[in-house]
Amino acid sequence: MFITKYIKDVYNGVKSLLVGMKRTMYYFTHHKEIITQQYPDNRETLVLPERFKGEVVMPHDEKNEHRCTGCQACELACPNGTIKVIFKNELTPEGKKKKAIDKLVYHLELCTMCNLCVEACPSDAIVMAQTFEHSVFDRNDLTKILNNPGSKIMDGVE
Amino acid sequence: MWSFSNIANNLHDWLSKTFNPTMTLIIEMVFAGVAVIGLFAALGLVLVIMERKVSAWMQIRLGPNRVGPKGMLQSLADTLKLLVKEGLTPNGADKFLFNLAPFIAMIVAMLLMAPIAFAKDFQLWDLNIGVLYVSAISSLMVISILMAGWSSNNKYSLMGAMRSGAQIVSYELSAGLSVLAVVVMTGSLQVSDIIHSQADGWWIFKGHIPMLIAFVTFIIAVTAETNRAPFDLAEAESELTAGFHTEYSGMKFALFFLAEYVNVFIVCAIGATLFLGGWMPFHIGNWTDFNHVMDYIPSSIWFFGKTFFLIFVIMWFRWTFPRLRIDQLLNLEWKYLLPISMINLLIVTAMAILKWHF
Repeated sequence: MFITKYIKDVYNGVKSLLVGMKRTMYYFTHHKEIITQQYPDNRETLVLPERFKGEVVMPHDEKNEHRCTGCQACELACPNGTIKVIFKNELTPEGKKKKAIDKLVYHLELCTMCNLCVEACPSDAIVMAQTFEHSVFDRNDLTKILNNPGSKIMDGVE
Repeated sequence: MWSFSNIANNLHDWLSKTFNPTMTLIIEMVFAGVAVIGLFAALGLVLVIMERKVSAWMQIRLGPNRVGPKGMLQSLADTLKLLVKEGLTPNGADKFLFNLAPFIAMIVAMLLMAPIAFAKDFQLWDLNIGVLYVSAISSLMVISILMAGWSSNNKYSLMGAMRSGAQIVSYELSAGLSVLAVVVMTGSLQVSDIIHSQADGWWIFKGHIPMLIAFVTFIIAVTAETNRAPFDLAEAESELTAGFHTEYSGMKFALFFLAEYVNVFIVCAIGATLFLGGWMPFHIGNWTDFNHVMDYIPSSIWFFGKTFFLIFVIMWFRWTFPRLRIDQLLNLEWKYLLPISMINLLIVTAMAILKWHF
């Protein structure tokens, strides 16, 4: 019936508006919920959210070993050519030639922090770091090589 | 006891003793004008910082917190910035209308101040058709907006102005009908009569549910009339950059901005006067002891307290609800608010005739 539907509409509309107003009033009266970080003031104590994406890094263990196999999945996944993998040939102890990464070049100035490379990586070699103070005086400083000099691939990572 | 009306009366007595009646009247008018402009400036500063703080806290932010203690001088700094900025007039604009529009907005706001009772016996002009005067003058608000939109020679501005025209014309109806509910109950259009009729309880309590509905309709309609979110289609940042004041800068923009906030204050003051008793303290029927205790709080504090409460409610709307589309906006008015307030007015009339209110 038209009238019942009309009244129901008004009732539901008012009710949903009141739910919204209740929520904002909760935030208005509970200042502990404030999420603003007063950044330069709290630089020492700043805690970023766990999933904050600052830049791509390659973690190395204490033996200077990384997990990158040089499969190029990240290079292919990157939408704007931020990552470039440069290879070298390494000799295995058995005397066989093995492809390994020489440099994993990362152009921070092109990166949009979309996280696609990290998700594409099959061996979890790269992760997103939480650093975000990236300004430099020379643009060349933004082109980074992610693997440490002299680093090797970790045993058991194929 | 200290009160606004005492100050006004003492001033009047002193002026009448010193000057002849014509001179007294002229000097009093100048005083009133200066007081209104001063009130405007103070309101602009207070309401802008209030809006920014309220919005920040409702959106889990901190808001301005750098200029002055807790950021309280932020709006003063902004005003200084706007004062020294260049007031640009676009080449293709209709220069006369373009420069006139912000002043019309301000003049309308100033005219609306006249019948508002700020404290007991403290009113600029207690004319016998006060409520009619208010609804007549407040519909002039749209002229300044249309003028600004048309003369800017900008499609966004024109679009915003046209939307605002459609919106104000339709929402004036339900605002008027809900105001009529109080007029029917009181039997007078005079502001002081309406306030005195609430000496034994405010209309929102005395008038049962129909009055509450009238109050809610009034608040919704005036939110739309002052072009504030969720009805801010005239500005609609995400669609029309800034709507009718896209082309304005510097002090001319500041006048529009100030007029918006002053209009909010005025409609809230009128809402407080009609439904919440204006400067009338919180009285319950014949409980004389309780009423005397309430009378100790000065009437100006009651008035400004109620007004700022309503302003807070309107800000609360703004920072909670998403903006309506133009068809939703007109649906809300013509399909919901107008029929509801019409039926409500009928019920209120029946109540007034049968004396069902307290």
